[in-house]
Amino acid sequence: MYVAVKGGEQAIARSLELLAEARRGDPAVPELELTQIREQLRLGVARVMQEGSLYDEELAALAIRQAAGDMLEAIFLLRAYRTTLPRFGYTLPLETDGMRVRRRVSGTFKDIPGGQVLGPTADYTQRLLDFDTTPPTATTSAEAPLPAEMPRVLDLLEAEALIEPADADSDPEPLDLTREPLTFPADRATRLQNLARGDEGYLLGLAYSTQRGYAESHPFAGEIRMGEVDVCICPEELGFSIEIGSITVTECQMINQFHGGNGVPPQFTRGYGLSMGEGERKAMSMALVDRALRCDELGETAHAPAQDQEFVLSHSDNVEASGFVQHLKLPHYVDFQAELSLLRTLAKQQAADSGEQPLHAAGGLHA
Amino acid sequence: MTPRYNFAFLDEDTKRMLRRALLKAVAIPGCQIPFGSREMPLPYGWGTGGIQVTAALLGPDDVLKVIDQGADDTTNAVNIRRFFARVAGIATTERTAEATLIQTRHRIPETPLREDQILVFQVPEPEPLRTLEARETETRTLHALADYGLMHVKLYEDIARYGRIATSYDYPVLVDGRYLTSPSPIPKFDNPKLDHSPALMLFGAGREKRIYAIPPYTRVESVAFEDHPFDVQQWDERCALCGSGESYLDEVVVDDRGTRMFVCSDTDFCSQRTEAQA
Repeated sequence: MYVAVKGGEQAIARSLELLAEARRGDPAVPELELTQIREQLRLGVARVMQEGSLYDEELAALAIRQAAGDMLEAIFLLRAYRTTLPRFGYTLPLETDGMRVRRRVSGTFKDIPGGQVLGPTADYTQRLLDFDTTPPTATTSAEAPLPAEMPRVLDLLEAEALIEPADADSDPEPLDLTREPLTFPADRATRLQNLARGDEGYLLGLAYSTQRGYAESHPFAGEIRMGEVDVCICPEELGFSIEIGSITVTECQMINQFHGGNGVPPQFTRGYGLSMGEGERKAMSMALVDRALRCDELGETAHAPAQDQEFVLSHSDNVEASGFVQHLKLPHYVDFQAELSLLRTLAKQQAADSGEQPLHAAGGLHA
Repeated sequence: MTPRYNFAFLDEDTKRMLRRALLKAVAIPGCQIPFGSREMPLPYGWGTGGIQVTAALLGPDDVLKVIDQGADDTTNAVNIRRFFARVAGIATTERTAEATLIQTRHRIPETPLREDQILVFQVPEPEPLRTLEARETETRTLHALADYGLMHVKLYEDIARYGRIATSYDYPVLVDGRYLTSPSPIPKFDNPKLDHSPALMLFGAGREKRIYAIPPYTRVESVAFEDHPFDVQQWDERCALCGSGESYLDEVVVDDRGTRMFVCSDTDFCSQRTEAQA
């Protein structure tokens, strides 16, 4: 005798036990400490903070451990926590001019005021697996400290009016996408906010497509800088700004060729990317996609996916995408039954029209 | 109850934002209202819209029922019920008649609803025209102009190709003669229950950040043609457990020879009938 399926609650409880056991692995191996994750998996921590939209290394490390290293799950955990936090206020725009630079490179000039500073990059490693764990080698100090402030490479071009001017004060107050729904057309500040939260892999793929003919972007890496910037707020009751801490960010300013149009003379144009922590791949991808999405404003013909803001922005969020793709695991018995019923009706009808028996007995045998 | 979170998880400001959107939705039946959908501790696509609507409505005296595919015991329904029991400490039930608030995915209960009940739908895609027009900017214009020719052409093409309308679930409806609306992926079998329902029906789409409503006793028509009127699924079989011949049936494969049996998808309706017969 068939009885209706019962026991969902118990099944979930057992599944959670199995998950906890699998996450922990062999109990004889010591559990990862959060400081180990923070110190030794710093780039993973940076990605989770960036796409989780919360700058907190400790919580990001906790999320990575709880998610057993599944970065998208860790991002989801951090987002779900972030959404419950009260908003005390909004910070003032970060002044990346005053960044305490640890890395700064330009692909456009051989030498630049302040110099090319490689910093801690994996760019020139030889990707050979280090089979032997080596004790850290002592770092060598530079002969002179880096200058306190480094001019931006793009400012040098702006001084010559070769690149479109950037007037930070003309920016409208940005919308908070975590409080307001995204609507179209989205302005540049909203688009950048969406891209900043967007999935690194998705943006990388889109950025790559702009280099392969799906949007003529002709980019140069004008400047990439990474280091610490101060975070300031201006509480209403004080009336002046106070520094509340500093965070690590990576900023990328792309320079793109522009042939002129929409009343704008030929000049270089800008694409912008910013990422929390060391996130160079993300910042560069973001800058390329930002520039591609400016096609309407610059009067360029939009024909590529990366230029289509509804397409790009609606599908960039990996928490949304992961949830909706995986919701297909949920039961769809009712809809599936409706489709079965329809197909059988159509098959019967077709058989009746052609005077033949349907290939299968519709509905199969009945218990 | 988990004391670290506010009653029903969401903070009161967020609930106020949701209630404003809900009031607007009730005032414009069937119109999709954008809202500041929050990130919930359950995945998008798994009921985050319905959960936010439920959280905005729940009071301490409410009795909550959660169903998925008509059943109270499907894992995601269990998980959502567990969530609210944990963050709101409210009473839950599996009985349709006992519930003040019912959150559902893909079904409307067979037991007729009352004026003092609210039905909250989980909605994956609130835009009924989305598969016909991918752009939000376009579909918004079409709604503003009440230009639903695309949908009529789609249904007409079905008839031209198959001799009948080939939409079996998420069957579009016209609410109060104005807005073309997705009833969420309920089977078209349930569409007639939307028309002049005594219960308030609210629809939440978390990922798509839209809320809409069908207020009580609102006219809801399933889109069709005079010569191809709307019809619903019918079965030659009856429920193998309760013998019902008027409920929506799930098909269950019971052996490896493809033998099927049919049972009510609404587990509460079925068990009430089975108990009454015992």
